[in-house]
Amino acid sequence: MSTTITPPPPPPAPPKKLNRIGLEVLPYRGAKTTLCAGCGHNSISERIVEVFYELGIEPWKVAKMSGIGCSSKTPAYFLSQSHGFNSVHGRAPSVATGALLANKNLISVLVTGDGDTASIGIGQFMHMLRRNVPLVYVIENNGVYGLTKGQFSATADRGSKQKSGVINEMPPIDCCLMGIELGATLVARSFSGDKKQLSTILKTCLSHKGLSLVDVISPCVTFNDHVGSTKSYAYVKDHEVALQDLNYVPYYEEISVEIEEGETKDVTLHDGSHLRLKKLSRDYDPTNKMQAVQALHDAEGKGEVLTGILYMEQGRETLIDMLGVVDDALGTLPASKVKPGPEALEAVMEELR
Amino acid sequence: MSTLEVSPASSEAGHQHYRVVNDFSIQVGTVNGSGSQTANNVLMRSIFQMGIPVSGKNLFPSNIAGLPTWFTIRANKNGWIARKKEIDFLVAMNPETAREDVLKLEAGAAVVYDEPLKLNELRQDLHFYPVPFDKLVVPVCPEVKLRKLVRNMIYDGVVGHLLNIDFEEIHKALFKQFGPKKAKAADLNWGAVQAGRKFAEEQLKKTDPFSVERMNETAGKIIIDGNSAAALGCIFAGVTVVTWYPITPSSSLVETMIGYLRRLRTDKETGKATYAVVQAEDELAAIGMVVGASWAGARAMTSTSGPGISLMAEFVGLGYYADIPAVIFDVQRVGPSTGLPTRTMQGDVLKNALLSHGDTRHPVLFPSSPQECFEMAADAFDLAEGFQTPVFVNTDLDLGMNNWMSDPFAYPQREPKRGKVLDAAALDKVQEFARYRDVDGDGVAYRTLPGTPHPKAAYFTRGSGHNEKAQYTEREDDYIKNVDRLSRKFASMVAVVPKPEGEINPKAKIGIVYYGTSRYAVAESRDQLVREYGIETSHLRLKAYPFTPELLDFIARHDRVYVVEQNRDGQLLALMRLDYEPAVVAKLRSIRYYGGMPLDARTVTAEFAQQEGL
Repeated sequence: MSTTITPPPPPPAPPKKLNRIGLEVLPYRGAKTTLCAGCGHNSISERIVEVFYELGIEPWKVAKMSGIGCSSKTPAYFLSQSHGFNSVHGRAPSVATGALLANKNLISVLVTGDGDTASIGIGQFMHMLRRNVPLVYVIENNGVYGLTKGQFSATADRGSKQKSGVINEMPPIDCCLMGIELGATLVARSFSGDKKQLSTILKTCLSHKGLSLVDVISPCVTFNDHVGSTKSYAYVKDHEVALQDLNYVPYYEEISVEIEEGETKDVTLHDGSHLRLKKLSRDYDPTNKMQAVQALHDAEGKGEVLTGILYMEQGRETLIDMLGVVDDALGTLPASKVKPGPEALEAVMEELR
Repeated sequence: MSTLEVSPASSEAGHQHYRVVNDFSIQVGTVNGSGSQTANNVLMRSIFQMGIPVSGKNLFPSNIAGLPTWFTIRANKNGWIARKKEIDFLVAMNPETAREDVLKLEAGAAVVYDEPLKLNELRQDLHFYPVPFDKLVVPVCPEVKLRKLVRNMIYDGVVGHLLNIDFEEIHKALFKQFGPKKAKAADLNWGAVQAGRKFAEEQLKKTDPFSVERMNETAGKIIIDGNSAAALGCIFAGVTVVTWYPITPSSSLVETMIGYLRRLRTDKETGKATYAVVQAEDELAAIGMVVGASWAGARAMTSTSGPGISLMAEFVGLGYYADIPAVIFDVQRVGPSTGLPTRTMQGDVLKNALLSHGDTRHPVLFPSSPQECFEMAADAFDLAEGFQTPVFVNTDLDLGMNNWMSDPFAYPQREPKRGKVLDAAALDKVQEFARYRDVDGDGVAYRTLPGTPHPKAAYFTRGSGHNEKAQYTEREDDYIKNVDRLSRKFASMVAVVPKPEGEINPKAKIGIVYYGTSRYAVAESRDQLVREYGIETSHLRLKAYPFTPELLDFIARHDRVYVVEQNRDGQLLALMRLDYEPAVVAKLRSIRYYGGMPLDARTVTAEFAQQEGL
């Protein structure tokens, strides 16, 4: 007896998931990470992939900038179809500024670390803030130098313990305080372990016009995740105080949920998207600079990690606005626009005769 | 040394037995911040307007006001406009330096001085002209606080009379200097000139031999400083991003550029800027912005001097290894820190050619005149973008900050060469885009710009650790392959960098190689060598590093070759030692001056004569 067995037809391939501009998630991903398993930075890279995919941002419009360090390697691990530049230690702000001068239509995301920002690059960091350079500046803040094996950085809290037992005696530099003071127009703090908050903050930054600064506490599992460290997963989970419950509604979606009177504030962002800030434990007005500064100082005194939107100021001129440049990218203007004619040179020569 | 033209003694001119026409130097000693620059420029320009070849050099301190400053003018009928070591005509306005200035003069020189200084008591062998400046200024300038400034214009009247400068030319030069918006100030100053003239006519008896006579050697020429010329060069080369940090002596390059950009590069249709200028927080940020802007497609430049270059070292190395264009104007000066920031030097030759760590080589251009500052701006941008690498333009304080007569600049007909850039349409046609693959064999790979709408366009930029697809690697074969490509790229530049200029004299056994502002002293020194020692020389003025075959050929044709430089250690000679075989190097000699003043011919001739045993 013989029976003919016909193999069952293969199951239909699941339809590929596409975002609103018809792209799969693949172009938003990057190379395989070479950072340690469990590193907070990897979670941040995942959030960046999600956010750009969900918002349907064309990858080719994005420039990924970074300095040097573990954090600065990460632009290789997201947005493979975006140009990236892993530049010089502490000097990514100038490189990113230059790229925007050449092409103001780029969406610039700068990923950096606490060593890059608060030590070697603090000068460039401060002047970038002051210029309100229109980019998203993400600090992957773990309080230590990873690539050189665990030395304290300038954001390490006083009293925090190194793996070797050394206690940090120096006061920390709070990059968010500097951002508020020196001219960032959107300042937020988040935690690499808080997926929803971090995604919402990143989306808000991409809808904002001007410099947005996100300080993300991102534990270093190898050198700074032990008992006694104030940048460990356990410490941050125990001490995080979120200022708001955040919701983001992109400009291309209809608003379906009504806001609760008195509890939630709705902010229309530069690109027409909405940010909804629901009050949590306390009254907090993120447009009030002095209150923001006070809150950060209070939190430091109490050993709290204050997260959420700390400060925002809409409508301020960016560096690019101040320069009054033409609409097209300067870098690719045709010769007819950038080379004056012979009569212009002759007029100058005549004046010098 | 002056050439004397002996003419019959004039019975009215006392002991004036000979005349020296259109061949002398004037030095004006004043106090910094006293407004003497205007008076000096008017004096220089009026001689220029009389058709006489002239140069003016401001020898100033690093100070806002109060320290001694000197201005030297050289007028020479043969066109020798290098600084002249000997001063023929001194205007002594500064009590602090007047005595020393007078004691340094050679016998026969003339001295116009502020009467109370009583300089005539110091020596018997000079022609003294006392002028009571404080008395003369009172009637022409009722406003007391302006007198310090206007006072200096009086010596223009005195010197104009003594040297027989046409007062119509002084008037014209003065009103040009002030411009139509400051006509009132010009009138006030013209009054001071006339007061000086009147005093000299009535009270001074000319005894010195120096005077000017109209020539026709400057018709159609312009007067401009090298920094302004470089600024114009960048604008006509299509610069779009300019970043800078103030530093003497380069600041005026960008400051002048800002003025011209507003005028020449505001888009006619929209009224918006087709350029961006950012004053950075330091030179590190300035070069970082240039690197970022060039990476994103701009013609970007910065301007600095030696201390700024030191800060730029890391970025320049990154630009070299990551194939990123950059144009850096280096207006060279003496020393780090408080060094001698207002003195000139060719001090950054070796440093710029080799700047940064690892194996690096950078092209360096050596302009010698405002005209070359203008032309080499376009050369530098074409090289930087064509070869995707940082390029230095080594000018110096003497060229950059002093006023020079020049032929008017020719309009650059050549269109900007933007190099190997693939846009979206070009990417459609290529099978694969590999950022650092040497497709054409010249070491120059193709690049894409961020913002190019194509899925193949993106690549990741990083330092030296990358393979030809721009992926991270630490493999030795990948590293060697890349640095060998960069060597090929550097070798490819030899064919396109500006070629040297000079002359091979078939009778000459000795050659002279030089570059930049040494040009003027060398030209005059070669003339001195013929007239004083009967020695003919060949000469070759280099315009660029990497060296081109003309240099090797020049050395081969001579027994000995002197390399003239304005630095202590013979920096260009050191580069030649690196690049050439020992047999070639054995023929090289070195003439160096490093005192911070613009090079003069006498120094070159004396050193040459000593080394040759003449």
